[in-house]
Amino acid sequence: MGSLEQSVHSTGHHGPATGITRWLYTTNHKDIGTLYLFFSLTMFFIGGCMALTIRAELFQPGLQLVRPEFFNQMTTSHGLIMVFGAVMPAFVGLANWLIPMMIGAPDMALPRMNNWSFWILPFAFTMMLSTLLMEGGGPNFGWTFYAPLSTTYAPPSVTFFIFAVHMMGISSIMGAINVIATILNMRAPGMKLMDMPLFVWTWLITAFLLIAVMPVLAGVVTMMLMDIHFGTSFFDAAGGGDPVLFQHVFWFFGHPEVYIMILPAFGVVSEIIPTFARKRLFGYTSMVYATASIAILSFIVWAHHMFAVGMPLAGELFFMFTTMLIAVPTGVKVFNWVATMYRGSMTFETPMLFALAFVVLFTIGGFSGLMLAIAPADFQYHDTYFVVAHFHYVLVPGSIFALMAATYFWLPKWTGHMYNESMAKLHFWLSFIGVNITFFPMHFLGLAGMPRRIPDYALQFADFNMVATFGAFLFGFSQLVFVYNIISCIRSGRQATDRVWEGSHGLEWTLPSPPPYHSFTEPPVFTHPYKENDRGV
Amino acid sequence: MRRRIGRVLFFAGLFYAPLVTAQWQVNLVEGATEISRSVYNLHMIIFYICVAIAVVVFGVMFWSIIWHRKSRGAKAAHFHESTWVEIIWTIVPVVILVSMAVPASTTLIQMYDKNNADIDIQITGYQWKWRYKYLNQDIDFFSTLATPREQISNEQLKGEHYLLEVDNPLVIPAGKKVRFLLTSNDVIHSWWVPALAVKKDAVPGFVNESWTLVDEPGIYRGQCAELCGRDHGFMPIVVDVKSPEDYQLWVAEQASLKAAEAVSAQKEMSQAELMSRGEEVYKGTCAACHQPEGQGLPGIFPALAGSPLMTGDPAEHINVVLHGRSGTAMQAFGEQLKAVDLASVITYERNSWGNQGGVVTVQQISKLLKE
Repeated sequence: MGSLEQSVHSTGHHGPATGITRWLYTTNHKDIGTLYLFFSLTMFFIGGCMALTIRAELFQPGLQLVRPEFFNQMTTSHGLIMVFGAVMPAFVGLANWLIPMMIGAPDMALPRMNNWSFWILPFAFTMMLSTLLMEGGGPNFGWTFYAPLSTTYAPPSVTFFIFAVHMMGISSIMGAINVIATILNMRAPGMKLMDMPLFVWTWLITAFLLIAVMPVLAGVVTMMLMDIHFGTSFFDAAGGGDPVLFQHVFWFFGHPEVYIMILPAFGVVSEIIPTFARKRLFGYTSMVYATASIAILSFIVWAHHMFAVGMPLAGELFFMFTTMLIAVPTGVKVFNWVATMYRGSMTFETPMLFALAFVVLFTIGGFSGLMLAIAPADFQYHDTYFVVAHFHYVLVPGSIFALMAATYFWLPKWTGHMYNESMAKLHFWLSFIGVNITFFPMHFLGLAGMPRRIPDYALQFADFNMVATFGAFLFGFSQLVFVYNIISCIRSGRQATDRVWEGSHGLEWTLPSPPPYHSFTEPPVFTHPYKENDRGV
Repeated sequence: MRRRIGRVLFFAGLFYAPLVTAQWQVNLVEGATEISRSVYNLHMIIFYICVAIAVVVFGVMFWSIIWHRKSRGAKAAHFHESTWVEIIWTIVPVVILVSMAVPASTTLIQMYDKNNADIDIQITGYQWKWRYKYLNQDIDFFSTLATPREQISNEQLKGEHYLLEVDNPLVIPAGKKVRFLLTSNDVIHSWWVPALAVKKDAVPGFVNESWTLVDEPGIYRGQCAELCGRDHGFMPIVVDVKSPEDYQLWVAEQASLKAAEAVSAQKEMSQAELMSRGEEVYKGTCAACHQPEGQGLPGIFPALAGSPLMTGDPAEHINVVLHGRSGTAMQAFGEQLKAVDLASVITYERNSWGNQGGVVTVQQISKLLKE
């Protein structure tokens, strides 16, 4: 531990400020990463409480707990909070903590902007949540806010919602610019792009997606604002507009957005599986190309969310084919992970358990995605619980499991303490079982004909809804184990070694655990972690 | 086998809905049209393809998890790429996808063949009901949820078709190609009947087309599939498919009903009659927004109790009810309700919850509607 004391000592006069100002004024990538991660965890619980409200109402047919208008506010806020408040900031938090440490940089390229990107978020979400208390209630038009339900027929609070979305967009764009500037300019000498860890690669591609589509989201909410307050008719047929235009613009943002939430998860899993299989990632190059292909394809598949709006036949066929094509690079990624495990020397610490669950359950979400791509069949699936099952399988055991895997994987590096492994395993198994009990029956409900976003349902859907609600409460409450484990790991725990894991590789593991407040103030000498012993490539 | 189980489940569902369909239905219905059966087949093919891929991929994965674990003394191999393997697992999925795209496109092209329809029906979505207008016949009616509010609020036992029952179902003949022209009066709705494999958005200001050709008479149920506001979950669809002969009888019956209504519109009604009929109309049409006690929902739906509109000049009140308020959720009920219902509900609103606004007669409304 000599290196730890030494580095703390040598950078002591640059150490963190004390008290609240440390967090308000910080420009340190580690502090900002921590802020993002705690913010995201808070939002995860707020959004989770909304999900449990929804599931509690759906426990039995009939209206018991909430009125339909409040139910709609819950489904809308749950979606918005989880997408923009939980998943996206969590990945930005990981990027902040890890990218500089993985590429051997002292900090992010634009540290002051970094502070601003984060501190916009609490205000944006306070504003968004405050709409729930306003007269007429909060947004009640679904997280996809289709016009004219979100314009002419929206509650007055929609204007605050629009402003909040603008602020989140600014935050995301600034975060993305920072990631790109850092990765392109601040890599350790000798580290070529194709030497970068996959997490860095997936984030580079994600950042370009963010810069490309967040302005589109800003554009579409601005058009709404104009329609509501300034007498334009972008989305109103009576004034020469078109409500379906809204959906085209929204999904041009929305589809790349779903890859924004999954590509960094691919990166996380691609770091974890080789570590615990003690074997180099299979097909690094094809992983990078597959990620890039998914990102490019994401711009030409948007209208598969709109098969039922009445597109011409040629449009339906085009979007069906391009969507099916996405299965190819996604398949390559899954095959590569499996090939990495094949003939490895595997152990199953908690990060690996979450990563393995990710591979299986995300792939199940991919299969239902492929089914949804088949346009004629989509007419039966569209806007049913089958879709709810699909996107929760890719988001919860997909993105969220990857985030949990990442937390357990890098927490010992960040805090210098090992987390409690048996409690973490308990958290994994409860979450794994809870997620499947919650979301698997939703496939059946959708196929049997239950539309999504309804507060009450016909009697034949009663049994599976009851099962799903049990699962949701199991999953929700088991997250308290996660929080307890994180907090106790920060406060105490067995001292972690610098490498933490036997199979760890990459520059972040060359730093002490915890790393000094300012790391890599001198650029490290980069040697490819595998090229030494492998002679491959 | 799977197909047979599906079919058995489906027919059982038709005849013994309360006993079987029920509860643990896990698959799509095969449906009652040629199109719905090809959609079902596509669904099953792609499902089996996914299962096969899953068995192979997860098989290798769990094989590795079981046999290539450190605790068994497994030593990690050193390979990390293989061009030919990577080419194979890129090409094979492409081939599978193309083989899937061919039947999918064929079915889609079939679905888009809207020519040569025998009957055209315009379907208009309203918050929260459907309007069916038969284009070449003088038939035009609204279809609203028939489940009593007491069942929804758990004060009564729920019926067999809870939330899937309407007052006036859409009636179409079996064996005839029926074309649907879909549009909306307010927000986007989506007309979906699983057994017909028809789901099409109803977009305000635009007309979408779809069609069906049902083989067998029967009752087929569906729901609005696009979030359309507060009562999105409470606007079901019921399609009553009759034999061509029964359908003709039904068409004739509609004409005589219409004549009878014209007569009743001329009848004088007392305030008590207007009030009791008005209460029924209010519950069915107005209470969803303005609330059963007329208190409204602050910020979204104005209160009617104590509103100056209810107690002041009846002309303004009538105007709002008949023509709606543009830019708000208040619809033009002049086209939705009969004169007698309009007069009743306006009278009811003007004389309930402490309002004292006087009577509006059927004749007053009929005269305005004619203009």
